[in-house]
Amino acid sequence: MNELGRRALGPLSLILLVSTFWLGYFVTPPDQVQGDLARLLYIHPAVAWVALYVSFGTAAIASAMYLWPRTRSESLDRIAHSAMEVSVFFIAITLITGSIWGRPTWGVWWAWDARLTSSAIFGVFGLGYLALRRANEDREIRARRSAVFCILTAINVPIIHFSVIWWKTLHQGASVFTSNRTLKVHGSMAFTLLLSFVAFTLTFFWFLRTRYRIEVAKDRQGHQKLVASIEQRRNEVPAT
Amino acid sequence: MIHVAALVARKDLRIELRSRVLAWQVLPFGVMALLLCGLALGPNPAGRSHAGPGLFYIVVTLMALLMINRSQAIESSRGTKDSVATLGLDPAGVFLGKAAALTVEMWLASAVLLTGTVLFLHVDQARTLVAIPSIAASVAALSLAGTLYGALTSSQNSSLTLLPVLALPAFAPLLIAGERAYSAVVYGGELKVWWSLLVISLIAYSSVGVLLYGVMEES
Amino acid sequence: MRASIHLLDAVVISNGFPLISGTTLSIEHGSITVINGANGAGKTSLLQLIGGLLPLSNGEGTVAGVDLTRHDRREVRRHVGWLGHESSFYEDLTVAENLTFACAALSIDPSQIPVVLERVELTHRTNTKSKELSAGQRRRVGIAWLLLRRPEIWLLDEPYASIDVQGREFLEGIIGEASQSGATVLLSSHDDLDFGKRKVRTITMAGGRVVSS
Repeated sequence: MNELGRRALGPLSLILLVSTFWLGYFVTPPDQVQGDLARLLYIHPAVAWVALYVSFGTAAIASAMYLWPRTRSESLDRIAHSAMEVSVFFIAITLITGSIWGRPTWGVWWAWDARLTSSAIFGVFGLGYLALRRANEDREIRARRSAVFCILTAINVPIIHFSVIWWKTLHQGASVFTSNRTLKVHGSMAFTLLLSFVAFTLTFFWFLRTRYRIEVAKDRQGHQKLVASIEQRRNEVPAT
Repeated sequence: MIHVAALVARKDLRIELRSRVLAWQVLPFGVMALLLCGLALGPNPAGRSHAGPGLFYIVVTLMALLMINRSQAIESSRGTKDSVATLGLDPAGVFLGKAAALTVEMWLASAVLLTGTVLFLHVDQARTLVAIPSIAASVAALSLAGTLYGALTSSQNSSLTLLPVLALPAFAPLLIAGERAYSAVVYGGELKVWWSLLVISLIAYSSVGVLLYGVMEES
Repeated sequence: MRASIHLLDAVVISNGFPLISGTTLSIEHGSITVINGANGAGKTSLLQLIGGLLPLSNGEGTVAGVDLTRHDRREVRRHVGWLGHESSFYEDLTVAENLTFACAALSIDPSQIPVVLERVELTHRTNTKSKELSAGQRRRVGIAWLLLRRPEIWLLDEPYASIDVQGREFLEGIIGEASQSGATVLLSSHDDLDFGKRKVRTITMAGGRVVSS
């Protein structure tokens, strides 16, 4: 991505998000069955997609590449960390929007629905990842252990997914696609829905880039501190 | 790898036999937790037996956390760590050995808890015996996963509090599969899917442990 | 004589603190080197770096032909024997069990265990748990393991701490003997040492680096 593209990422994400909200709230018609509640369709699936697939997928790929000796670099560790942090934020929104949808639909804020439950478990995985990073001050140890944890979480994705689905499911069937992979919604609704996926995916990359830059700045500061502390250590007076 | 695994497993079991942490600390905790579960369900005996398999697994999971911490603590003192490190043991063998020892310890603890489940929570005794293979498999999967998560949190001041945060989400599907399989045997229901999930978990955790345990040990 | 250990501007960072702050050092094969320095000077960290117990964060280093920047630290550990401040191996195992475990791990003949225990005067403690031994006795277990293993490089972290006068003379004898048989010995100590006719090199550390050699 060139410099112009990088600079345009934030404003473009904002424009697309505002467009999605405007289309979703003012232009698209209410659903025949669910009424205005169906407007959550323009937020919830896209946010869940970003949280569970895009962000977490990015973190998992970066972690796997970090563990591979030939591709290991500090940048990959930063990407994994940043993506996981963004993932936790999007999982929180997924759970909140899921609950808002669930209250009038199921009559409770929280139902033991398969996808909601597995999202919550992934949310705890995300928090665990951040806790693990905080527990390690040593840079290399932190990076290695976090990468291993991320890989373990990736392995758990299908296990948790199927275990919870087999356990019980209440979730409404697929909202976006039918079983033969054709779109369920049409016209302005379909356009807004697809726009929401693009908008939230771009927002993820915007957040990721911003978070990554903060990490780079922090590391630079840490490096300067380290150089100073090495110098200070070297000048410690020998005991007489 | 197998030689190192056998060596490490024997050593861990011998240390457990000496220290009796399982017998004097973990098991009393487990039995008390089971009693508390019974008390929390109220005086009506009807609900207890149906909740029995689930409560059994909750207590097994809690005991697993204690045992995992114990298993890692054996290796964690500075002197032990340094002297063992210079032996250059194969990390895959260390993983399998520690997981095997933990599995044996957890099997013993589960046997006591199962007796408690039958006695206190009134789950059918004969059917519980039939459920033993699935219980053994889920406890083995818990031990394999626990050994990995234990290594992730080892040698840290906050390991006691960090381990549950990291391990419990991973234990969730094992708990579901184990509980469903136990309930299916006792009360009827689909058993095959839960067995397949347990077998997949056993294979996945063994493979990842063999491949990645060295990365955690090294750090 | 070829160098057994070679460090160039070696830096070791742990938890954001520079334990070793850029040290250059060359140690000859078969020599005895004593590391002096105040508490916190970096003596233990230097030994741990050489023993592959701490990673090299920056600079260059070779130990027994193993490049510290390229190879897995486990490869270095195959060449070194370590005697630390604390106990050797597992607290809940007996002296004999610990040594048997270590021998089995490295495929060393365990039949020599009673012989070395006699040498370190611990025969009467063969079946005592490690945690029930005194600090000096624990050191002797560590020495027994070094005698069984006969490593290429001996790294001894303040080996004289908690050892009485007889123990000290005994240890000096063993170190001299190891050096004579071709092993490279590095030890940290605050005291003056006597290894008989063996030539001893003394280096001084301060602030995580070698300040005089």
